[in-house]
Amino acid sequence: MRVVVLVKQVPDTWSPKRLRPGDFLLDRAAADGVVNELDTYAVEEALRIKEKHDDTTVIALTMGPPPAVEVVRKALQMGADEGVHVVDDALAGSDAMVSSLVLAAAIERIGFDLVITGVESTDARMGVLPAMLAERLGAAQATLAAEVKVDGREISVRRLAGGREFDVVAPLPAVVSVVEKINEPRYPSFKGIMAAKSKPLTTLSAADLGLDSNRVGLAGSATEVVAAEERSAERARVVIHDEGDAAARIVEFLASRKLL
Amino acid sequence: MASARYDYFLDDDHAALRSLVEEFARDAVAPKAAALDEAEEFPYDLVAEMGRMGLFGLPFPEEYGGAGGDYFALCLAVEELARVDSSIAITLEAGVSLGAMPIYRFGSEEQKQRWLPPLARGERLGAFGLTEPGGGSDAGATTTRAVPDGEGWRIRGTKAFITNAGTQITSVITVTAVTGEPPGETSATSHPTGGKEISAFVVPVPSEGLSVSPPYSKVGWHASDTRQVFLDDVHVPSDHMLGERGKGYANFLAILDEGRIAIAALAVGLAQGCLDEALRYAGQRHAFGRPIGTFQAIEFKLADMAARVHTARLAYYDAARRMLAGKPFKEQAAIAKLYASEVAVANAREATQIFGGAGFINETPVARFWRDCKILEIGEGTSEVQRMVIARGLGLPGM
Ligand SMILES: Cc1cc2nc3c(=O)[nH]c(=O)nc-3n(C[C@H](O)[C@H](O)[C@H](O)COP(=O)(O)OP(=O)(O)OC[C@H]3O[C@@H](n4cnc5c(N)ncnc54)[C@H](O)[C@@H]3O)c2cc1C
Repeated sequence: MRVVVLVKQVPDTWSPKRLRPGDFLLDRAAADGVVNELDTYAVEEALRIKEKHDDTTVIALTMGPPPAVEVVRKALQMGADEGVHVVDDALAGSDAMVSSLVLAAAIERIGFDLVITGVESTDARMGVLPAMLAERLGAAQATLAAEVKVDGREISVRRLAGGREFDVVAPLPAVVSVVEKINEPRYPSFKGIMAAKSKPLTTLSAADLGLDSNRVGLAGSATEVVAAEERSAERARVVIHDEGDAAARIVEFLASRKLL
Repeated sequence: MASARYDYFLDDDHAALRSLVEEFARDAVAPKAAALDEAEEFPYDLVAEMGRMGLFGLPFPEEYGGAGGDYFALCLAVEELARVDSSIAITLEAGVSLGAMPIYRFGSEEQKQRWLPPLARGERLGAFGLTEPGGGSDAGATTTRAVPDGEGWRIRGTKAFITNAGTQITSVITVTAVTGEPPGETSATSHPTGGKEISAFVVPVPSEGLSVSPPYSKVGWHASDTRQVFLDDVHVPSDHMLGERGKGYANFLAILDEGRIAIAALAVGLAQGCLDEALRYAGQRHAFGRPIGTFQAIEFKLADMAARVHTARLAYYDAARRMLAGKPFKEQAAIAKLYASEVAVANAREATQIFGGAGFINETPVARFWRDCKILEIGEGTSEVQRMVIARGLGLPGM
């Protein structure tokens, strides 16, 4: 079985994010790049599937500027078998539609039975990529998975959506996005770090994927950021005066903001 | 924030290991450190994860369950852990350099195959007992005795302050014991062991007659296991003697030389942790309408802290590099240990000062750092002993 796991480099969650003046693209040089934390759950799940099923190859795939290769390396250190980095100046500014086009082309080229992704990336936070990929690949999709089981050519997934659980099954090939609840990602081991150095890591350009440069990047994107404004640090304040039900109202408030 | 400075002379493997442990320390250890300290609880789950990551096997080859790294890698790991928690750092340091290393360095092939792999995988812990209630700096004060009893040895005595001696996963305690007085001519004053023949033995846990005290109530290192060890006529077979008979003292000194580099790394980690915390606090705490970090008095404290930790780091890097290159490193290791432990104490004092009253409250990390730092000037050779070692290397007349 070939399991492709998507990883993305994002600015460190703790560092302030900035948009570049002019094109309003994320200023990736302004902050340390780290692996999108939500993707480490996807890598972990892929590795657990590999540990349960012989003859499984886990391929970590990223699309991003040259430094993004670090997140593929991290997946290799955790235990992925191969890495693929799609890197091309022409890809800069790709929106979600274009990113899914490029990644689907890469996944098709790699060959896959199962694609695993995180729920969203902590920079753009669109969360639409898994569904777009499934559509482009003609594969089944099961998003927001809290449990994944592979049995022969069938996959069963427990989805967590809108506060409910859904058990779904689908034939492979499939695209699955996983939530944080699904597992506890491992730290790489020192041996894993050493072994990662000799694992195959392929670099692909847009041309390698048969994509013309006017179909990708800013040029190919259907969406464009036309203006951006810094959010004021001052937030609206809510003061809850205790009339005997303060605790319940605090819980209600937090729940309404999806913080609980 | 302060990570750029670390790239200094590290090759790719060391750099990758350092950032792995930094991340583990920040995400997995730091959030638990205060609670473990408060409860004086030994963190079995963290030790297991570190075992899986290969940290307990860093300096050992894979054939003994090791990770195939080197001693410098161990030091880097110890430093990063100590940035957030000295207890977990000393558990690793003592487990590897006192527990497992003597077996690796001086054990026979059979002894290594038998005891090393579970220690190197971090599944079990080893301890080393040299210090006794009657003396630590002075090995001649060793009163624990081992006498031949037919098929092996019978060991009797008490060891004090032994790290990792009483955890649920402790599998061996290596102890030094007097195995005889050499024939006459060595005078008690000119010989470091007072003329005694000292040997080392691996005592498996459990063994009949072996017991440990409850953990000491310590000033710091609360989440590290330290106990007294009682050997009440413990029998060990003759193949449990580690290294040659009578070489116990010399072998132990060699182990201590290396161990000092790792303790220096631990001290550097604590000193860096103090700087990390103090920098953060100086930027956010306001007094007289300004962040306190804009007062020159605070700025200069931070500058001194940075200068000290940097110099101490260079000192231990140097000693480790010499050791790995097969060059003499005894004095450099003593210098690194002496200097880094004093830097740790100085930085903990200044960090506490920068935190003001909050620095005296146990829940702030710097309060824990302050309680954890002092032992660094004492354990694995006191500062006085380091100065003796350094002075001996200077070639003064009469030495
Ligand atoms: C938390 C903790 C963990 C420890 N873990 C271990 C362990 O795992 N294994 C182990 O074997 N030991 C361990 N020790 C013991 C530690 O190594 C000793 O405490 C240390 O070596 C000092 O020995 P001592 O306590 O007997 O002090 P002493 O040797 O009695 O020294 C008392 C004072 O006299 C000074 N002094 C002694 N001789 C001289 C001299 N010739 N010239 C000048 N000054 C001198 C010393 O520097 C010190 O200041 C641990 C101790 C602690 C507190």
